[in-house]
Amino acid sequence: MAENKKLSLIAFSGEFDKLTAVFTLATGAAAVGYEVNIFFTFWGLDAIKQKKGRSFVGGTFLTKIFGFMMGGLHATPTSRFNFFGFGPWIFRKLMKKNNVATLEELVDAAHALGVNLYACEMAMHVLGLEQKDFIHEVKDTLGVATFLELSEGGRTMFI
Amino acid sequence: MTHTLDITKEHCPMTFVKTKLKLAQIADGDILEVLLTEGEPLNNVPRSATEQGYKVLSVNHVDGQIHKVTIQK
Repeated sequence: MAENKKLSLIAFSGEFDKLTAVFTLATGAAAVGYEVNIFFTFWGLDAIKQKKGRSFVGGTFLTKIFGFMMGGLHATPTSRFNFFGFGPWIFRKLMKKNNVATLEELVDAAHALGVNLYACEMAMHVLGLEQKDFIHEVKDTLGVATFLELSEGGRTMFI
Repeated sequence: MTHTLDITKEHCPMTFVKTKLKLAQIADGDILEVLLTEGEPLNNVPRSATEQGYKVLSVNHVDGQIHKVTIQK
């Protein structure tokens, strides 16, 4: 592999369309030989929750309510045209119809390609989440310093 | 052994993803024939295969917009 073929993505958004962009870039880059790191923070953590629907994950009453309102990968809203939750359903249908990989297929591909997934320690504290609340493919929980170290020498994008 | 992969109905990034995963599955020395369409897949699948150390043996026009890329692992 050539030097600097490394892509690090900061997945801040928990929206269906932006997460689709994250996983499209991640899988495309991994498939052409890049080392790919995704650092999930704040709303982005929804994408890696083990419970993909709505559930009361979190340590306290407030964070449990937040956890329910945020939901997991299957509950992510679209940033536009959400139509009270129908937006993602419509987009998934359109993607299938046009033979474009759905968000779930992209996530599976990312796992198969060995994309490195990390969770933000600080956001986890705020939202009352622990590593056990995430899918087992999440390698570690990190802070900014470790993320900077991991992403050094490659390209970094914030989505 | 020769394997085939049809990615003519796929779109970015699954064109590269499926090729990469198939190449990972087959044995060293095996041949993979990839059927793909013109544009992004034809421009980039052979290039990225070469970059990753695989040997692109040939690129042949099949029919219409469809081409066949033969890669050796």
